[in-house]
Amino acid sequence: MNFEQLLFYFFSTVLVAAAVMVITIRNPVKAALFLVLTFFTAACLWILLEAEFLAIALVLVYVGAVMVLFLFVVMMLDVNLVRLREGFAEYLPIGGIVAVLLVLEMAIILGPQRFGLGNFPEPAGHAADYSNTRELGRVLYTAYVYPFEIAAVILLVAIIAAIALALRRRKDSKYQDPRKQIRVEPAERLRIVKMPTEKRG
Amino acid sequence: MIDFAWSVWNGIPAWSQVTLVNLVLIIIIVLPVVLGVAYLTFAERKIIGYMQVRIGPNRVGPRGLLQPIADVVKLMLKEVIIPTNANKYLFVTAPVLALAPALVAWAVIPFTDRWVLANIDASLLFVLALTSLGVYGVIIAGWASNSKYAFLGSLRSAAQIVAYEIAMGFALVGVLMSAQSLNLHEIALQQAGGLHQWYLWPLFPLFVVYFIAGVAETNRAPFDVAEGETEIVAGFHVEYSGITFALFFLAEYANMILISALASVMFLGGWWAPLNVVPFTWVPPLGWLLFKMCGLLFLFLWFRATFPRYRYDQIMRLGWKVFIPVTLVWIAVVGAAMQTPLGFLFH
Repeated sequence: MNFEQLLFYFFSTVLVAAAVMVITIRNPVKAALFLVLTFFTAACLWILLEAEFLAIALVLVYVGAVMVLFLFVVMMLDVNLVRLREGFAEYLPIGGIVAVLLVLEMAIILGPQRFGLGNFPEPAGHAADYSNTRELGRVLYTAYVYPFEIAAVILLVAIIAAIALALRRRKDSKYQDPRKQIRVEPAERLRIVKMPTEKRG
Repeated sequence: MIDFAWSVWNGIPAWSQVTLVNLVLIIIIVLPVVLGVAYLTFAERKIIGYMQVRIGPNRVGPRGLLQPIADVVKLMLKEVIIPTNANKYLFVTAPVLALAPALVAWAVIPFTDRWVLANIDASLLFVLALTSLGVYGVIIAGWASNSKYAFLGSLRSAAQIVAYEIAMGFALVGVLMSAQSLNLHEIALQQAGGLHQWYLWPLFPLFVVYFIAGVAETNRAPFDVAEGETEIVAGFHVEYSGITFALFFLAEYANMILISALASVMFLGGWWAPLNVVPFTWVPPLGWLLFKMCGLLFLFLWFRATFPRYRYDQIMRLGWKVFIPVTLVWIAVVGAAMQTPLGFLFH
C-alpha cells in the first residue's frame, strides 16, 4: 500500500464514520457539525483526485457559507426530540419502503457493470504546473456556456423568489434611514426657547 | 557519525523525507508568526497608549519589552474553567478550530521569489476557503459555552463574517482578472518592476474594500460587535479562561497578520521594492514584505484607536449595500477595459 492509498483509506473511513454520525447522533447541532466534517473529508478526497478547484470550492461554498447559515438556524431551533419521535412506528412502513427502494435504485445505477473500473479508461496524469481551474473555466465558458448561463439564471430567479417570499413590509416598523440620520441638523433636534425670568408668585 | 545520520536519512521512505523537511519548514514559518502575534499585542498597547497620551505597558523588562512574555506565562498558568452544562468537547475544540485555519493559510504565502512552502496553483482560493473556516471557532465557542452573551456574540459574528466574505471574494476576483492567475506567487510576480506596477492603483476600490472587509473578518474594531464589551461583555469568548482564551487571542492576531500579508502580496507588490534604484534595492525582499505588512498592521491599530464601534445594522448595510455593489461595478470596469486598448492599465 503506498502513501496515497493510505490517505485515501483514512479519508474514506473518516467520511463514512462522520456520515453515519450525522444521522445517528441525537443533538441536531452536533449532527450539523458532523456534516461539516463529511464535506471537508470529501474535499480532501477530491484533492487526491487532482480536482483541486472543485475541492476548494466545496469547502468555500458548503463548509464556509451554507453550513454556517445552516448551523445558525439549527442553533436557534428548539428541537423537541420526544415530539419528533412521536409517530415513528406509524411512519416506519412507508419510510422503510422508500429507503429500500432508494438503496435498490442506487445499487442498480452505481453497480459495477456501469460504474466499474473496467468501464472507464485510467485518467491521464498531468504535470505539476497543470491548472485545473484554468481548464475548467475554459470549458465552462466555451463548450458548456449555455447550460452554465441557464443555471446561473435559474439560481438568480431562486434568490429573487426567496427574498420576495420572505420580505414583509410592516407599516409600523421603525425603519431607520441612515441617509436621513447623517443629514440631521442640530436645529431639527434641539429648540432653544428664550424667555424672561419670572417673579415667584 | 554524519555518515550514519546520512544513511538513516536515505534509508527512510521518500514520502517521510518530504514530511520531515516540510515539518521543519512549517516550524520555521509558524514560530515567527506566533512571536509576531506576541509583539503585535505589545505594539498595539504601546501605539494606542501614545495615541491616547498614555505610556502603555512599561514595567516588565526594558521599556516594557518583555510584557508579552509575562502575559503568555500568566495565561498559561491560569485555570481553564468549563462552565456547567457546557458541551465539554466542543468547548475545548472551538479555540483550536479558530486558530488552525489562521496558521494553515501561511503555507501558500510567498515570502520572497523562492520562499514559499507550497506553491500550489489555486493558492488564492485555498486562502479564501481557509479564512472562511475560521468562523466555526467563533460559532462553536458561542454555542458550547451555554451562555446567552456568548451565543449572541457568535450569532452576530456568523452573520457579519458571511456578509463580508462575499465582498472579500469579489475584491479578489478583480485581482485574479488582472493577474490572469490564482497563484499568489504568480500574482506577486506580475507586479514586478516598481511602484507603478502594483495592483494598488488600477484596483484601488478593490483594495479598500478588501482591507476593510479584512478588518471586519478578523472582528477588529470598529467591527468588533462579536466581542462588544459594552453590550455583551466579551461576546463569544466570555466563558473562556487561561490557555483556551489565549488561543482565541492568538487566532485573532494571527488573522490580522495574515490579512496584512495577503493584502501586501496582492495589492502592494509583495516582496518587490517600490523603486528599482540603489537605496531601495539594498533592503532584502523579505524586508520589503515585512515593511508593507507592518504598515497595514499599523492601520489596524490606528482604526481601533480612532473609530467608535459600528452599530450592528450599519455593519450589515455597509457590507451588503456598499461594498458588494462597489466590487461588482469595479469588476465590470476591469472586464470592459481589458477588451479595449486601455487594457494594459489593468495587467
